[in-house]
Amino acid sequence: MTDPVLVRMTVNGAAQEGRCAPRKLLVDFLREDLGLTGTHVGCEHGICGACTVLVDGQAARSCLMLAVQADGAELMTIEGLMRDGVLHPLQQAFRDHHGLQCGFCTPGMLLTALDLLRTNPDPSEAEVREGLAAVLCRCTGYHGIVKAVRAAAPVLRGAS
Amino acid sequence: MKPPRFDYHAPASVDEAVALLVRYGGDAKVLAGGQSLMPMLNFRLARPAALVDVNRIPVLAYVREDDGTVAFGAMTRQRTIEFSPVVARRLPLLHEATRWVGHLPIRSRGTIGGSIAHADPSAEYPAVLTALEGEVVVQGPRGRRTLRPAELFETYLTTSLAPDELLVEVRLPAMAAGAGYAFEEFARRHGDFAIVGIAAMVVRDGARCSVARLASAGAGPVPVRLRAAEQILERDGLGETAIEAAAARAAELVSPDSDVHASADYRRHLTRVLTARAVKRAVDRSR
Repeated sequence: MTDPVLVRMTVNGAAQEGRCAPRKLLVDFLREDLGLTGTHVGCEHGICGACTVLVDGQAARSCLMLAVQADGAELMTIEGLMRDGVLHPLQQAFRDHHGLQCGFCTPGMLLTALDLLRTNPDPSEAEVREGLAAVLCRCTGYHGIVKAVRAAAPVLRGAS
Repeated sequence: MKPPRFDYHAPASVDEAVALLVRYGGDAKVLAGGQSLMPMLNFRLARPAALVDVNRIPVLAYVREDDGTVAFGAMTRQRTIEFSPVVARRLPLLHEATRWVGHLPIRSRGTIGGSIAHADPSAEYPAVLTALEGEVVVQGPRGRRTLRPAELFETYLTTSLAPDELLVEVRLPAMAAGAGYAFEEFARRHGDFAIVGIAAMVVRDGARCSVARLASAGAGPVPVRLRAAEQILERDGLGETAIEAAAARAAELVSPDSDVHASADYRRHLTRVLTARAVKRAVDRSR
């Protein structure tokens, strides 16, 4: 039971598979086995939110899931946002509103914000702040991030 | 690799899960939402011989309303509860408390059964279970039994579940139509563990209070049902003086400990302040 297990999942629309020990964390599987290093490893205990990805459409900490638990799941990581060389509206808003400096937390911010906007397409500033409290940023002080998410909301509403 | 080595099992049924728990005789841990267990594994604070992952048991996830009771499969995600129309209508106190549970991505994975079985005294769901006089159903090799909160919570992170028992269902009595409710919590930042939380429900009968329900989170090793404070409201009504008296009594009923986050005195103070706030807000909402 500690032997490597076969793990199959869809990541950003593409079928992926790999063999790993059952104790391998999903974030490490994404980075080391699939080479998708856009998902960042921060605190590794579910506090910082840098490793947040979408699992079957819902934001989840990939450091608090085993890779084997995502077998059969559909994932979206930061690599899945850009289409045909064009930034996702949320990425564009982060760029326009200075929503990042070092960029370490940004993948987690973007995927958490995507899930927030999916379930609350027109959030107030307070709601954005509450939703994004799930991800820690140590450089921009959050103002630009909150502005970016609020600016992206009407664009995403128009797109759906 | 961060977590220590373990045997991994993902049973497809409750019977199979219980058989695995029996087989490992206390050396296995149940993996539900994983939002508390996975950090403990990553830090190697927990080193179980085996993980029994119950995420592949689909029959453990449901919300069912039946004859005045709302039953939750243990694996019902907190996010599902947050958006459940049944919960919003029949258990608005649980709905409000859910907004205080961790953060959005934590609630995507975290489950009602996992939160209660983990028995963190600062957690919201154990306090709601205690306030609303709910019960849990556990299944072991000797069959099923039902436990009330006072029988379930023993101390910090410790319940009366045997190592070979699995929590399978949480039952909460539906709140009376028109019942007022509030969940008040103080934490340094939203989403952090509560320093103290208070769950309150009141049923008003004219100027009188026919039912008051109060429980604390974070003010001691287990959630505390604040019965003597409830009795003040049920006897003296829901005026300002009665509410202040009930809040003062609540602070006497808890036995908080001091830790790095707050002193025992501060937790006692918060118990009084938050009880008064919760009852006032509950009264304003009651019809």
